[in-house]
Amino acid sequence: MNVPDDLLYTESHEWVRREDDKIRVGITDHAQAELTDVVYVELPKVGAVHEARSTIAVVESVKAASDIYAPVKGTVLEANKALQTDPALLNTDPYGEGWIYVLQVDDAEQLKNLKDAAAYRAAIG
Amino acid sequence: MSDAEQKKTPLYEEHVKLGAKIIPFGGWVMPVQYTSIKEEHLAVRNAVGVFDISHMGELVASGPQAGEWLNTMLTNNITKLAVGSGQYTFLLNDDAGIIDDLIVYRIEEEKFLLVVNASRIEEDFAWMEEHLALDVRLQNESDRYAGLAIQGPRIGELFAALFGATEMPARNQIVQFSLDGTKLWVARTGYTGEDGIEVFFAAEDAAQVWNAVLERGQSLGIRACGLGARDTLRLEMCYPLNGSDLSPKHNPLEAGLGFFVDLTKSEFTGCAKLKLVKEEGLMRRLAAFKMTGQGPPPRPHYRVFRNGADAGEVTSGTLSPSLGYGIGMAYLDCPIARPGEEIEIEIRGQKFPATIEKKPLLKKS
Repeated sequence: MNVPDDLLYTESHEWVRREDDKIRVGITDHAQAELTDVVYVELPKVGAVHEARSTIAVVESVKAASDIYAPVKGTVLEANKALQTDPALLNTDPYGEGWIYVLQVDDAEQLKNLKDAAAYRAAIG
Repeated sequence: MSDAEQKKTPLYEEHVKLGAKIIPFGGWVMPVQYTSIKEEHLAVRNAVGVFDISHMGELVASGPQAGEWLNTMLTNNITKLAVGSGQYTFLLNDDAGIIDDLIVYRIEEEKFLLVVNASRIEEDFAWMEEHLALDVRLQNESDRYAGLAIQGPRIGELFAALFGATEMPARNQIVQFSLDGTKLWVARTGYTGEDGIEVFFAAEDAAQVWNAVLERGQSLGIRACGLGARDTLRLEMCYPLNGSDLSPKHNPLEAGLGFFVDLTKSEFTGCAKLKLVKEEGLMRRLAAFKMTGQGPPPRPHYRVFRNGADAGEVTSGTLSPSLGYGIGMAYLDCPIARPGEEIEIEIRGQKFPATIEKKPLLKKS
């Protein structure tokens, strides 16, 4: 499984890329492989404020709907509209074109609670 | 139910070897997918796929009175079954509620094989034992049998590769064939809408038969298929799933399956109630629908709305891999349950438009 070194990770299989005081978030290669065949992504609303670990988006495979959680508290700045027409980007390019949203982080200190690549690799075995 | 209580089919180790994702299903642990539901689904629509259906139950009724007795227990007319033929039928309670839907095959003049749903084996058996006639022997052979469904347009080629140049049994016929020394019951039946066969044989031969089918199907593009694809394939055809679309709360007439109920034959369990239902007219029907706008796929238990008012519940729903949009079924009042009528499906608090469609949802050319 591809687990890039320069990203942070959550226990619920989201990846987090720091971009100054913002973060870009998607689901990991491991998560997309588990889900397979993503057929629909419910994007967060731009401007919405989300608490850490609250449901912020929903990813649906053929079989089931899975919640995506906000890794830290923040405000949604951007959502990846390309996923509305091509949800399979989550499968084909989870760390690139398949990003889901950008969050303005409330308190950057909270990012310290996330896993680094080594810890995430250990978590997924 | 803990893992220890969940039953495994004799092919469990084969599924693990193939890297299947395993889920609990009706008291069993079963492969939901090997690689991708979509790929497995399309393999069945375009080539051929093989499913482990060993979890399904096999009940055998035998004796001089077996046919006559079964005709009092089941809705379809068993007197029409010649030896080597099968028919889809229902086991009802006294109130015409559906206990199970099944296929009964007449494998000998006085011997019948009933293939029943995995989650209903014990219930079916107990109900039938309770109503057993003298001189009929009923056995639950479920643990002794393994079963495969082999489905898809390339079944003819695979059949020849497995059994030689002999012809396939005709639709709904069951014939015994040999494969590498193993005797198999081969029925021209299925649950996918594609041409195909279902085979039943001794559980101890399961891995050998499974691997022979995969090997000989390889050049045809065969895929091992899980319950995920089984569900999307059957739903495109609007075949009901017991426990979701069928239950003791529903009768076969409102499920739209009156074709498999013979109200003109001699008396059977539930027939008085069904006659009454028919006389009074149906209140609701199991309708098929498709999502019309962009939106998430429908799922079981989502609420259905009509002009803003709650109109029922989705019993089956998914994204159709063949059609590329959301499809489902729901019991709706008769005036709404007509092709062209508009409804809404509530998904996470938001309503999405859908229209009632004629069955099957996938129109095959």
